[in-house]
Amino acid sequence: MLINRVFSRPEKWKIYWRSIIDEIDKIGVSSLGIVALMSVFMGAVIALQTATNIDTPLIPDYTVGFTARQSFILEFAPTMLVLILVGKVGSNIASEIGTMKVTEQIDALEIMGVNSASYLILPKIIGGVFIFPFLIAISMVLGIFGGWFVCIATGVVSSADYIYGIQYDFRPFHVVYAFIKTIVFAFAMITVSSYHGYYSKGSALEVGKSSTDAVVYSSILILILNYILTQLLLI
Amino acid sequence: MIEIKNIYKSFGDKEVLKDISFSCFQGKVNIIIGQSGSGKTVLTKCMVGLHKPDSGQILYEGKDFVSMELEDKKEIRKNLGMLFQASALFDSMTVEENIMFPLTMFTDMDRKAMLRRTNECLERVNLEGTNKLYPAETSGGMQKRIAIARAISVKPGYLFCDEPNSGLDPQTAIVIDNLISELTKEMNITTVVITHDMNSVMEIGDHIMFIYEGEKWWEGTKEAILRSDNQELNDFVYASNFMKTLREKF
Repeated sequence: MLINRVFSRPEKWKIYWRSIIDEIDKIGVSSLGIVALMSVFMGAVIALQTATNIDTPLIPDYTVGFTARQSFILEFAPTMLVLILVGKVGSNIASEIGTMKVTEQIDALEIMGVNSASYLILPKIIGGVFIFPFLIAISMVLGIFGGWFVCIATGVVSSADYIYGIQYDFRPFHVVYAFIKTIVFAFAMITVSSYHGYYSKGSALEVGKSSTDAVVYSSILILILNYILTQLLLI
Repeated sequence: MIEIKNIYKSFGDKEVLKDISFSCFQGKVNIIIGQSGSGKTVLTKCMVGLHKPDSGQILYEGKDFVSMELEDKKEIRKNLGMLFQASALFDSMTVEENIMFPLTMFTDMDRKAMLRRTNECLERVNLEGTNKLYPAETSGGMQKRIAIARAISVKPGYLFCDEPNSGLDPQTAIVIDNLISELTKEMNITTVVITHDMNSVMEIGDHIMFIYEGEKWWEGTKEAILRSDNQELNDFVYASNFMKTLREKF
């Protein structure tokens, strides 16, 4: 029901475009800092852990670069990062829409003749689905960079080995797979969070509950979808 | 004119509205009074389409709002203005953006014309110069006036006010009451006010309905309300010692 209303024809595209730009800024650009910070440090830690666990000469040093790349492209950027962003973006969406609901702002929109579901949720979906792949691409690059930086800073693996590792057995489809996952997860997170916000009832306490539910249900859905997509696309 | 005919509404087993019929006249302040929980707000929400009645008709100029198609409902809704109990201003928008919102959504006015209309509305509610403030930066009384300015920006044919005085001091409450009454006459619109404030009723009420436990119990003018022999209505009107003393004296 809600999704039908979200995707019904908007009253005025001009207003929606402005909202989409705002949502791209709110959902994506404002998350750049945390994405960059986490990616660099996670990349560094993955490289260090891999390097310190390789104590046999049978495993080449370039494995560190290879592992960092595979970890980031296949799982950390598209799944773990989105799961982390559920806590920031998903809870924000649910509490924003939930507050509008309990303070009758959504009723005000409806009485004016505005399709509130579409006006509030559609720009978030379009904005999120558009900007998340960019965030994930930035995360992949910065994560791999973080691994390289820590390797040359600590000397556990040479720069040449690391760079050889990140190029070794590279399959472009893995990047496509990561972007498909990202788009699906972004859609799932935004719709689930919006649903919980939109159907908030009562008081501020309920808005808090909606926000928590949004994070929990989005995370569970993303984990299930991750399994299904991996099975479908990689096996 | 709005005509309500035999409206019933239940939530689960609880029957909230029972066979309510009432007419709201153009150019008049039509007031619905009753105790908290008597069904006033549910009736208003049915009138503006936020709740669907179980049965009955709500006629806007003779057209049944309950049974009409969504697109036709939208056309009626574009002609409605509503002042909510908590104002319901969009808190992410400035005062100016709030008032402009319905204009942006439903008119083809250019920005200059919209700005002119916004300033006219702000001037009408005596809030000139507050354009760039956010709702959180204004007082409760100002928020009500901003909400009125937003409601009248598209020159609606119908104005609904849900507890317009709640949370306001007596002086500000009178300012809001007078504003509603003046706008009703000036714009010749059908105004429906839901309240349990007897000061408002006596100040601006032209046509009054009293709801008791979901049923229409009484209908008439403010002059008639003071002389009514309806026990439930008198219990409501003369609930305070002040009103009781006033009645005994006069």
